[in-house]
Amino acid sequence: MIVPVEHVVILSLLLFLIGIMGVLFRRNAIIIFMSIELMLNAVNLCLIGFSRYHQSVDGQVFVFLVMTLAAAEVSVGLAIIVALYRNRQTINIDEINLMRG
Amino acid sequence: MTFLFYFVACLTIISALFVVLNRNPVYSAVMLVLCFFSIATLYLLLEAYFVAVLEIIIYAGAIMVLFLFVIMLLDLGREAALPKLKKLDKALSLFLVVIIFLGILTLTIWSGGDLHQTLNPSSVGDIKAVGKALFTDYLLPFEVASLLLLVALIGTVYLAKRRVK
Repeated sequence: MIVPVEHVVILSLLLFLIGIMGVLFRRNAIIIFMSIELMLNAVNLCLIGFSRYHQSVDGQVFVFLVMTLAAAEVSVGLAIIVALYRNRQTINIDEINLMRG
Repeated sequence: MTFLFYFVACLTIISALFVVLNRNPVYSAVMLVLCFFSIATLYLLLEAYFVAVLEIIIYAGAIMVLFLFVIMLLDLGREAALPKLKKLDKALSLFLVVIIFLGILTLTIWSGGDLHQTLNPSSVGDIKAVGKALFTDYLLPFEVASLLLLVALIGTVYLAKRRVK
């Protein structure tokens, strides 16, 4: 495998920016969640690239922890979205602008 | 192998764009599965075998099933059109994205030539080394992660419970 690590970094940068664009432009809460998953994956890719570059296993352990965090975050977040939909019948974040239930 | 890396990288970017730009949430979710599979392939090419398997099991398996369940539970259907943002919002968002892109690109390309080194084959990615690190150096974070999962489990059950009035 002859790939400079900077190409891995640029790929992960592009993925992260696509995720940011999703969060900024879309108004559907589930799509925003998917974009957050994309950004977490971009960071994971960067960690793997640098773990490879430094010939160290630490990056892969961090990726493992980030995946755990992503799983926890998705389960709680989707539960919140379901509860929100039950109360408001919408998940458009422009229409959800009150903190009090 | 090098060609495969760039091919899969393009596939990743294209499927990620489809996730963000598609109007139908179900198609977005399917495209996200494709994106996760191609990222797992990239992990394989970067010789992180354990993480590649985890990516498929956790992301493409567990998380995406959860997403699809919720999309079908909520019966969202297709959005009429991609949302129109106010001109100022759009300009500010694009400005932010471009600034971040150019900044990191500059840092990456002109970083004193240290990053231009190619990646050599290694034996770092095998499961034995990862497992050893996970259960010796990183034992405390590992246990904290399990605690986090427990808290998330309890929180989810509490949130999803129907309130009895």
